[in-house]
Amino acid sequence: MVPLSYYLVLGGILFACGITGFLIKRNLITIFMSIELMLNGVNLSFVAFAAQWRALSGQVFVFFVMVVAAAEAAVGLAIIIAVYRNRETLNVDRVNLLKL
Amino acid sequence: MLHLIIFLVFGAICVAGAVNLLVQRHPINSALSLIAVMVSLAVEYLLLGAEFVAAVQVIIYAGAIMVLFVFVIMLLNAGEEERTRGSKVAIVIGIPGMLVGSSLVAWVLLARSGASSVEAGALWGDPKSISRLLFHDFLLPFEVTSVLVLIAIMGAVVLAAKPEQGQQTREEA
Repeated sequence: MVPLSYYLVLGGILFACGITGFLIKRNLITIFMSIELMLNGVNLSFVAFAAQWRALSGQVFVFFVMVVAAAEAAVGLAIIIAVYRNRETLNVDRVNLLKL
Repeated sequence: MLHLIIFLVFGAICVAGAVNLLVQRHPINSALSLIAVMVSLAVEYLLLGAEFVAAVQVIIYAGAIMVLFVFVIMLLNAGEEERTRGSKVAIVIGIPGMLVGSSLVAWVLLARSGASSVEAGALWGDPKSISRLLFHDFLLPFEVTSVLVLIAIMGAVVLAAKPEQGQQTREEA
């Protein structure tokens, strides 16, 4: 028997790591992976609450989050490819102008 | 007891992978540690009895999405990350603020909700009941999601298309 709070703390740690990576990383792809890490932390708390209250809709919600994450990854990586084609760099510090 | 041991082992793998993602400078190493995080999260889902979510986690997240990431990293030939110096104010205020905030959240979670426990291996999140819920109660969101995925596919194709082709079509038009 694992207390519910352990799962929530683990999800919180993953979310905090995602936020930290989003803020300190300078590579566009790694920043994007940090966002996926945050989504995973939230998914874990969803599943933990679903198991706690015997509510299957929490797991359906996780399914929807995964679908949205997949769509987001496809579009985001296409944007990254377009940015790289124009700027020749993945460093976010050099991608500081909307206009080329 | 075994449940707690498995939870702790795979939770430790999770946290180690997440920290490794932050420490590594090459994006391919970060991607591989993220895959480790996702697979160990799938084990945590199995512990919670969510077998469908665990399978989908491995197939979609660790499979499809991370393959996409690794593919883009190799396609763009992403090298080592350049380090830039952050502002001093962010370090002076940010690190103590993060410590205080995270210990506050952990204290609230551990002290206020510690009484209730999640049962081990109930295995009630089977695909049958999930799909009954998904195709009856959540049918409209499901269909809207399929439209979203279709739009995302078209958007990805348009965005990743070569710019020369775009200019040509613009000139033709």
